[in-house]
Amino acid sequence: MNERITEKLTILADAAKYDVSCSSSGGKRKNENKGLGNAEGMGICHSYTEDGRCVSLLKILLTNFCIYDCAYCITRKSNDIKRAAFTVQEVVDLTINFYRRNYIEGLFLSSGIFKDADYTMERLVRVAKKLRQEHKFNGYIHLKTIPGASEELIKEAGLYADRLSVNIELPSEQSLQQLAPEKNYSEILVPMGNIKEQLVQAKEERKIFKSAPIFAPAGQSTQLIVGASAENDQQILQLSDNLYKSYSLKRVYYSGYVPVSSDNRLPILTEPPIIRENRIYQADWLMRFYGFDVKEIVDDQHPNLDLEIDPKLSWALRNRHGFPVEMNTADYEMILRVPGIGVKSAKKIVSARRFAPLNFEHLRQMGVVLKRAKYFITCQAKSLQRQDFESQLIRQKILFGDRSVRSALLTQQLDLFRQVG
Amino acid sequence: MHHYTYDGTFEGLLSVVFEAYERKAWPTSIVQESIAQPVMFGENVAVVTDDLKAARVWQGLQKKLSVSALQALYHTYLWEQPGFEMLIFDYARLTFSSNDSIEGNYTAASVLQIQQIAKQVHREKHRMEAFVRFEKTADDLFYATISPDFNVLPLIIQHFEKRYADQRWAIYDIKRSYGAYYDLASTSLMHLSAAQAGRQKGKLPESARHYEEDLYQQLWQVYFKHVNIPERKNPKLHLRHMPKRYWKYLSEKKVHPLL
Repeated sequence: MNERITEKLTILADAAKYDVSCSSSGGKRKNENKGLGNAEGMGICHSYTEDGRCVSLLKILLTNFCIYDCAYCITRKSNDIKRAAFTVQEVVDLTINFYRRNYIEGLFLSSGIFKDADYTMERLVRVAKKLRQEHKFNGYIHLKTIPGASEELIKEAGLYADRLSVNIELPSEQSLQQLAPEKNYSEILVPMGNIKEQLVQAKEERKIFKSAPIFAPAGQSTQLIVGASAENDQQILQLSDNLYKSYSLKRVYYSGYVPVSSDNRLPILTEPPIIRENRIYQADWLMRFYGFDVKEIVDDQHPNLDLEIDPKLSWALRNRHGFPVEMNTADYEMILRVPGIGVKSAKKIVSARRFAPLNFEHLRQMGVVLKRAKYFITCQAKSLQRQDFESQLIRQKILFGDRSVRSALLTQQLDLFRQVG
Repeated sequence: MHHYTYDGTFEGLLSVVFEAYERKAWPTSIVQESIAQPVMFGENVAVVTDDLKAARVWQGLQKKLSVSALQALYHTYLWEQPGFEMLIFDYARLTFSSNDSIEGNYTAASVLQIQQIAKQVHREKHRMEAFVRFEKTADDLFYATISPDFNVLPLIIQHFEKRYADQRWAIYDIKRSYGAYYDLASTSLMHLSAAQAGRQKGKLPESARHYEEDLYQQLWQVYFKHVNIPERKNPKLHLRHMPKRYWKYLSEKKVHPLL
């Protein structure tokens, strides 16, 4: 029996790991019933895999049997791999026992599609229901919404889950048709729209009745695969922007495509596009926390993000007319746009300058990365630069150091860029 | 030159602040009496902890500081690194000497430093909340040992109380020889004798472990191994998030003989 459960866990964790979401924050489930677990507030990463990703949730598939044949997916019907399925009770036991030992924040349950969408979704809901009702489990539960599942099941799922997600995976309808012929955009967007409506409705109801049931308090998210299809960064980021605005998603995750398949519908990659994925995440952050519009980050002239430098620096170099920014007088919003200054430093700057005029030493101590920032700021009208450099030269200096010495590390990184590009 | 000593408690340190103001004699140094060296020059002031005086200093601070600033001061006390007493004193003096709040004044050395220390301590607290691994004993107690860089046990108790309200658990700091025990109703602090504590280092002995304990540790190791994507291997990032000094807590980092 022990070997059987070990084997199932091996197969079904392996199959689930390409879903990158592992967030466990934003739940509002307090432990008020003297039960097990508490999911209010901040999430916790209990461990990190050797690839540096956070392990916060027990992330598994209920089963990797699947009737679909999506080219990018390891679980696709035509792939010759071992198949397994957990029982509802097995998932519940694993979750509870891992949680009690402080291994995890909760469960992220997804599944291959067996029989049909509703049949699969019904089982996912059953696991969550059992955890909540029979075990008084208040930990975090993230349920995957199966494309095409009925509205009633989604509604029920939201009662037990903290977060729901429907993965778009491919950033355009055309790619979806090519690589996942059994799926279509409406099957994905309809449940996404449903969840959004339920979220709004539940919020309204709770304004009137405090006791109204909560619905997926940590909201909904989705995932886009980067590099399995031909979309450029502009298309991807525009789609994300649209999803944040129209579907009020909490997060869009990006997953650099890991070649798990030799399907001839896919591009030939030797390595996952990790640097590109990282740049897209940085751009996503700029949209969500730094007040950037998607059009400022990518446009028709620059449809792809610069792999060598981060998108904020890239924007600043294209918009030199807005700089330098005086640290003692500029608006918070503008300080936030300076390369090398993050949200925390920007807040400190605005707070500290009420007490004394700031100089560069103050900034350094507050954690500003002067190596990048110094080309774009002044303190009390003074600059660290004796002259104005061309954008191209600033780029060189930041990349290769003031004396343009190429370090071994950098050469190695540039080799990587070449491979990726 | 005034060299103050105190008993090492937070109340004792606040008593020093009171005493210094009463005497108008600003400290050159503040040291725990148990580790104080005899001084050659200047006056030695041995402060006896006085809860009333400590409370008056704290109330004075409360009037001028936000909850998060007060918390940062307490975190600095738990930081325990050389010089923390003078930092707390400097911060308190700056607070009392100015009419407006000094909290955001990161141009003042003590304000910026205490903010940074509070962040360090908070990070260690967060790491303990993440990296504690309970082992289930034969009598259904969930037990873990820690040896954090800073004295964060008092800061993590509430987190575990809320989370594990329905199970008995204990967390023991083997570096500072004290622990917290939750008995389903409330949490109390406890000391183990040297002999007991010696036995508590590392893994629980076979006889004390619950019969399912090994199975779940092994399943966790299996999970940890298979959630990894080898194509994305990134040891630098791995170590940044999970520095080696924390591996001793993590059952997933102990290689199981069967794997």
